[in-house]
Amino acid sequence: MAVSRREFLQGGALATALVLSGKKAEAGGADASQMRTKGLKSSTTICPFCAVGCGLVVHTKNGKIVNIEGDTQHPINQGALCSKGSALFQVANNERRLQKVMYRAPGSDKFEEKSWDWALERIGQKMKETRDKTFKAKEINKKDNKEYVVNRTEGMAFLGGAGLDNEECYLWSKFARSMGVANLEHQARI
Amino acid sequence: MTNHWIDLKNADAILAIGCNPAENHPISMKWIEAAMDNGGKLLAVDPRFTRTGSKADHYAQIRPGTDIAFLGGMINFALQNNMIHEEYVREYTNASFIVNEKYDFNEGIFCAFDDQEKTYDPKAWAYAVDGSGNPKRDKSLKDPRCVFQQLKKHYSRYTVDMVCSITGTKKEDYVAVAKAFCSTGRADKAGTILYAMGITQSTHGTQNVRATAMLQMLLGNIGIAGGGVNALRGESNVQGSSDYGLLFHLLPGYLKSPEFDNVDLKAYLEKWTPKTKDTKSANWWGNTPKYTVSLLKAWYGDNATAENGFCYDYLPKRSGNYSFMKLMEKMGKGELQGLVCMGQNPAVGGPDSLKTREALGKLDWLVTVDLWETETSIFWKRPGVNPKDIKTEVFMLPAASSVEKEGSISNSGRWAQWRYKAAEPVGDAKSDLWIIDQFAKHMKKAYQKGGTFPEPITKLSWNYGEGHEPEVHLVAKEINGYFTKDMTIVDKDKTLEFKKGDQVPMFKYLQDDGSTVSGCWIYCGSYTKDGNQMARRDATDPTGLGMFPKWSWCWPVNRRIIYNRASVNPDGAPFNPKRAVIAWDALEKKWKGDVPDGPWPPMNDAKEGKYPFIMIPEGHGRLYALDMKDGPFPEHYEPIESPAKNLMSKVQSNPAVKAPANMSSDLNKYPFVGTTYRMTEHWQAGAMTRSLPWLVELVPTMFVEISQTLASSKGINNGDQVKITTERGSIEAKALVTTRLKPFNVQGKMVEQVGLPWHFGYAGLATGDSGNVLTPSVGCANTSIPEFKAFLCNIEKGGKRA
Repeated sequence: MAVSRREFLQGGALATALVLSGKKAEAGGADASQMRTKGLKSSTTICPFCAVGCGLVVHTKNGKIVNIEGDTQHPINQGALCSKGSALFQVANNERRLQKVMYRAPGSDKFEEKSWDWALERIGQKMKETRDKTFKAKEINKKDNKEYVVNRTEGMAFLGGAGLDNEECYLWSKFARSMGVANLEHQARI
Repeated sequence: MTNHWIDLKNADAILAIGCNPAENHPISMKWIEAAMDNGGKLLAVDPRFTRTGSKADHYAQIRPGTDIAFLGGMINFALQNNMIHEEYVREYTNASFIVNEKYDFNEGIFCAFDDQEKTYDPKAWAYAVDGSGNPKRDKSLKDPRCVFQQLKKHYSRYTVDMVCSITGTKKEDYVAVAKAFCSTGRADKAGTILYAMGITQSTHGTQNVRATAMLQMLLGNIGIAGGGVNALRGESNVQGSSDYGLLFHLLPGYLKSPEFDNVDLKAYLEKWTPKTKDTKSANWWGNTPKYTVSLLKAWYGDNATAENGFCYDYLPKRSGNYSFMKLMEKMGKGELQGLVCMGQNPAVGGPDSLKTREALGKLDWLVTVDLWETETSIFWKRPGVNPKDIKTEVFMLPAASSVEKEGSISNSGRWAQWRYKAAEPVGDAKSDLWIIDQFAKHMKKAYQKGGTFPEPITKLSWNYGEGHEPEVHLVAKEINGYFTKDMTIVDKDKTLEFKKGDQVPMFKYLQDDGSTVSGCWIYCGSYTKDGNQMARRDATDPTGLGMFPKWSWCWPVNRRIIYNRASVNPDGAPFNPKRAVIAWDALEKKWKGDVPDGPWPPMNDAKEGKYPFIMIPEGHGRLYALDMKDGPFPEHYEPIESPAKNLMSKVQSNPAVKAPANMSSDLNKYPFVGTTYRMTEHWQAGAMTRSLPWLVELVPTMFVEISQTLASSKGINNGDQVKITTERGSIEAKALVTTRLKPFNVQGKMVEQVGLPWHFGYAGLATGDSGNVLTPSVGCANTSIPEFKAFLCNIEKGGKRA
C-alpha cells in the first residue's frame, strides 16, 4: 500500500477533522483502519526487541510486507508500541539487510559472495577439524590427581540465542552439546 | 518475573530499582500507570533522574553499585518499624530456622573464608538439624541463632544515616521510598519490585537480587497479585534462551550441565537431585531424574536406554567456569579456534571490548549469523587495523527476521507466544532453525565417515521432517514431550491411558525410565493433544486480575504467578480476598483461580499439605541462603572501581571476586563515576536499530550525559566533542549536558557521574564509539555478569581517543 507522505498527512488531517466534529474517525478517511488494510493479508507477531512481548499485526500484499502495526487485541500492549516496536517495518524492509552469504578469506580486505552450499560445506569442515583436533576425552583433575572422562571440545565456542525463537534455542542447545561444546553462552550472561 | 507485565496494575507500590521501564520497557508503563491511577505509588531508585524517575511519586538518587546498602536499609527499616508480614515470615520463610553454631560474621567477612583461594565454604553456613535430620526451628522467632534474629542483627548496622552516607541518597528521599514501599507489608497491600541490569551487573549482582527477594519475603509480597520479584528482561527471548540452557552451566529447563566428577548418570542425579526428610516439603527438584532422562530421550531417542545411562556419557563435562568473560579471555590467549555467533555481537556487547576485538583476530574461523553486518562480523576491517594482519576466516550468514519465520518466544512474564511467518526471508536469508538444521546434518554426514568420538553426533536424534525447512511444529512437540510407549498412569482418583506417541499433557507425568521424551520439562504442556497452546488468543480474564489464562501459554503449567501458594494463609484463604490469585474451596476440595503451585491441599492439611516454596528443599523462602558463593546474607561492598571507602566494614569490595589488572581506583586519574545504560530508540549492541532510518533520525550519534556542574567545571558545552577515558581505553562522544544527572554526595564530597549508552559501534548506518571500550572485565561472584554499571573514568573536552 503505497501512501505518500502528503497523502498520509491529508488522511491524518481528515481524521483529526472528523474527531473534532464528533464523528467517528473509523467512519472514513484514508487513515481508517479497515481502509488502510483492505485487501491485505494479515498475520500476528510478537515484537523482537525488549521482552515485554507486545503483539503486532503484519500486513502483506503479494508476499511483501507493506505495513506493521500494534495488535489492538493483544492484552499487554492493546495496540500501543514504543519507537522501536513501531520501527519493525524497517527491519523487514531495509536495504542494509544481509541478503547473501559472505566470506572473508584470511588476510583479505573484503567480503566475497558465496553460495549456501559452499559455505555450509566449508563451515562443516572447520567445525569437524576443530572438534577432532581439540576434543578432550579425558583429563587429570588438578585437585585430586584422578582421571575423569570429560568428552569436551575445547577449541570452539558458541554464542548467542536471545534473539532466536525457542525452537531454535532448543536445537542450538541440542546441537552444541552433541558437538561436545561446553563453551556455550549467550546474552543473559552479560 | 515471578509475576507478569499486566499484573503490575495490581500493585499498591512499585519499586523500580536498577531499571528504567519508561525508557527500556515503555509499554510496561501502561500497567504501571494503571496501578498509579488506582492510587499505587511509583518509587524510582536510580543514579540518574530517568524517564521512570520523572513519572515517579518519589525519586531517590543512588550511587552506582550501592544497592545492597539501599535495600539492606529497607530491610532494617521494615524490621525496626514493625512493618513486616509476620505470619508470612514465620510460616513461609526460613526465618524460624536455626543456624548452626559455627556460623559467624565479623568485620565484613562471613565464616569459612579461604583468603588464598578467595572462596567460602558454604557448608559452614548450614542449618542446625534435629535428630531426624530436619532443620531445627523456633517459630517464636526468638532464638538468637534463628535466621530472623541473625537477619535482624546483620541489618541493624544498615541505619538510615549509614545507608545514605554510602548511597549518597538524600535522607528525606530515602525515608519516603522506604516508608511507601514497606507499607505494603500487610495482607491487604501489594508491592512489586522491578529490576534490570542496574541490579545484576555488579560484582555482587546476585546478592543485589537476593536483597530484593528478601525484602519482598519480609513484606509478604511474593506469590501475590501485584507483588513479586520481577526482572525486566531486555531481549525479546532472553527468557527463552535461558530456559533452553544456552549457558555453560545449564541444560534445558535449568537442569545443571554435568561436571567432570558426575562420572555417570547415577552420580549426576545423586549430585543434582536435592533431598529432604520433611514430608511437608514438595522439593520439586526431587523430580530431576525424570526431567533429565526425558531430556536425554529427546536427544538420543531409541539409542538412549537404561543400560547405557540414556547416553549420558555423550554430554560434555565441565571443569570450571566457561562464562562469557572467561571465553573472551581464552580467545585472547589463542585457545579458541572457532566461534559461532548466533545474533550476538561480542565486539560491542561485552566489557573491555577493545580486548575482545583483538581476541577475535586470534580465531582461525568465525561464523556470524545475523540480519546485518555487525562489529563482530567486520572486526577485521575495523578502524585502526590492517586486514592483512588478521588471519581469521569469516563467514557472515544472512538470517531471517522475526516476521520471516514461525516459532515461539517467551516474554519476561514467561508467556510463550507464537509468531507467524508473514513473508519469505529477504534475498538468500534463512531462518536460524534452517541454519542450525544444516549444521547438524552436515556434521552427521561428516561423522558417518569417521572422526573423533563420532557417536554423540551420529546417534543424535534429529527428525524434523523431510522438507527444505525443518518442521518447527515437530521441534515444539519434542520440546513438550511425548510417550515412547503405551502407558497407564494412575493420578489420585483418575486412571489415564496414553498411547505411544501421545503428547505428555504436563510435566508431572514425565518419567525417569525412558517412557517419556521431553526436550525442556518446564515447557511440558505447551503443545498437547489440544494443539499448540502458545498460539492461543482467547483474551478472557475471569479473575479480572489480568492473568489472561487462555492467551498464549506460560511456564510452568500455565501458572501466571509463581509461588502463588504463598498468597494464601496456611488454611488456603487468600491473604487479600480482593486480589485472590488462588483460593482453596474446602467443599469441592480444590483450588480456584490461577494454576496453583502444585495440586496439594493447603499447608495446614495434616496429610497432604505442602509448604509454598516448592523449588527449595526445605520448602521455605530463604532469607538466609545456603549456597551463594559470597555469603548467606547480602552485605554491602563497594564496586571494584569506587570513589568511596567502604563505610560498612574494612573489606572494600566483594572478597569472593578476583579483579583483573586493568582496573584502577586512582581518583587523580579517574575522578568520576562512570555508568552505562540503554535507551528507547536503540537496542542492545545496536545492530537491530542503528540501521533503521526512523530510529537513527531520533538518536543519530553516540553521546555522553553529564551534569551542568561537571560541564561548567570542565568548560564543556552541550554538543561539544569530548573524550572519556578509563584504565581500559578511551572513546569520543558528544556531550549531552542535562539536569538529569547530578553529582553524588560521597562521604561529604561531591563526586560527578558520567552516563554512557552502550548501543554504538563502527558498523551500520549510525556509528559511534562503544561505551563498553571503557567497562571492566570483572564480574559477579555467583554469575560472572560484568560490572558494567559502576567504574571510574575521566572526561575531557576535545581530545582524541587513544
